[in-house]
Amino acid sequence: MNKDRLTGIAVNAGLVVYFVFALFPVAWMLILSLKPDNQLFNTYFSFSPTLDSYRTVLGGGEVEGVPFVRFFVNSLVVSIGAVALSLLIGLPAAYAAARWKFRGSENLMFTLLSFRFAPELTVIIPLFVLYQQLGLFDTYVGVIWVLQLVTMPLIVWIMRSYFTDLSPELEQAALLDGYSRTRAFVKIALPLVKPGIAAVSLLAFIFAWNNFVFPLILTSSNAQTVTVGALSFLGGDRPKYNLTAAAALVSAVPPLVLALTIQRYLVRGLSFGAVKS
Amino acid sequence: MASVTKTETAAAGPGTGGAGRRPAGGPRRIPRWRRSARPYLLIIPALLLTGGILYPFGLGLFYTLFDYSAGKPQPDMVGLDNYLTIFGQDAFWRSALVTALYAVGATAVELVLGVGVALLLNRSTRLGRVLEKVLILPLMIAPVIAAIMWKLMLQPSVGVLNYLLRPFGLGDVQWTDTPTGALLSSITVDVWVYTPFVAILALAGLRSLPRSPFEAAAVDGAGWWFTFRKLTLPMLWPYVLVAVIFRFMDSLKVFDIIYALTEGGPGDSTVVLQIRAYLEAIRFQRYSFGISYMIILWAVVYLMSMVLVRYLGRVQSRAAGVSTK
Repeated sequence: MNKDRLTGIAVNAGLVVYFVFALFPVAWMLILSLKPDNQLFNTYFSFSPTLDSYRTVLGGGEVEGVPFVRFFVNSLVVSIGAVALSLLIGLPAAYAAARWKFRGSENLMFTLLSFRFAPELTVIIPLFVLYQQLGLFDTYVGVIWVLQLVTMPLIVWIMRSYFTDLSPELEQAALLDGYSRTRAFVKIALPLVKPGIAAVSLLAFIFAWNNFVFPLILTSSNAQTVTVGALSFLGGDRPKYNLTAAAALVSAVPPLVLALTIQRYLVRGLSFGAVKS
Repeated sequence: MASVTKTETAAAGPGTGGAGRRPAGGPRRIPRWRRSARPYLLIIPALLLTGGILYPFGLGLFYTLFDYSAGKPQPDMVGLDNYLTIFGQDAFWRSALVTALYAVGATAVELVLGVGVALLLNRSTRLGRVLEKVLILPLMIAPVIAAIMWKLMLQPSVGVLNYLLRPFGLGDVQWTDTPTGALLSSITVDVWVYTPFVAILALAGLRSLPRSPFEAAAVDGAGWWFTFRKLTLPMLWPYVLVAVIFRFMDSLKVFDIIYALTEGGPGDSTVVLQIRAYLEAIRFQRYSFGISYMIILWAVVYLMSMVLVRYLGRVQSRAAGVSTK
């Protein structure tokens, strides 16, 4: 009994140590973002909190030369666009890979997965040259296309694992009833994996949103996203730490909120379907 | 999807054989070639879209044989000179070393810390159940944003970390201003972001382990360490391995954390390979040279991922074999 309590205390102590490390930076950003300009550098924990930084950052105008709100909207547009395109093309592909064993299917799937592991700059530098010739540089279409490298392998791999888990009997019954394969896919298989689709879409959205290197190199001011924008707050001669902190927190809100709604599905998503919970 | 019509049977599905009944009134058969082409027709758009990226990749590979740069828009063929120059450069080997140190260091710490946190959370104390809900938090913050956050905390004069350390007589640590400090700081940010990734996968693994071996071990009076080493760890390994593969491959190509935290400095002490390629190709606009750097890194990452994924497949099938006995 006594030993159990000691173990419990030791376990909790260990957890406290890790979670202080994990949560303190976020708490500190919150504190920084609430500081008024004149208390940025002369105090640490005692100050008179104000929402001024949030008002400035979300005010819609340019902050220190950064149109933050527009970048935020850009992030929304390209992330949603990338996920939608990947779903449209990736769901049938995942279905095909799950339902039929055909020559080279595993190789095709691994080719797709290898895009996930390819160093981004290998393709970005040639794309940088190519996009300028094609007029895709600094456009939504350009960013959405290149984000397929992030969202497509994720969606195809995870959805394949969901389709594989789904017994084919229902679809076969539908086929015997005269359904076409397309209709069986749309009417029978898709509704059954709806939770999976929702979870993987949100996860793909998060990864697209959090991406930095693609918009850094392939956009300049029109289609630039929030991750690149937040970094530009650090430039300049007089860094505004409170604005930077507010911008960092605001740009972290969408992925955080979404992640909390799909906690149950995260394990399979994060491991590309390799680990099921 | 023109080949899909009403007369189709489920014959192509695995395990159904060719014996499906056809509904009445549907005597027309789909030609075999169209049926066997169908899976390709469905997968190829996905490949084309991502593989639209293969074209620039091939283009890039082609560029590396030239001396294409902003200063030389009419490049000459130079054969393998770019690669030979790179392998002859001290800068390349320094970058390769720093990349390896970063990847091994970050992955090792994340592995130990992540499995440790998972073991603690698996005890399901009341506190643990509460904290588990926010475990994911750092992982969902964009790495570049995380690096910005840490950069603010690590400022030597006004950052909060030195302030908190001052009572302990450590008030002026030059976090990112020394080569070693900059590397360790970058690894710390990586650990901060990605430890939850390892912990989440390990925790899922722990929760799916069978109970009976542990009960048997407890009856036999086995100690904690013995149980962990002989039972938990071997059974957990397939799960942990997935995490290790993802983390190791990803940290070999780290870019955003270092770009935002140290910009490769001080000097070029934290210029990992992707940063080096960025500097060469984008900043100095020596396109061919920069791409050659990336092709080398790509080859390393690709070979390693093949080896690791194969190994994972073996481990997983072995684990599956054990658990069905």
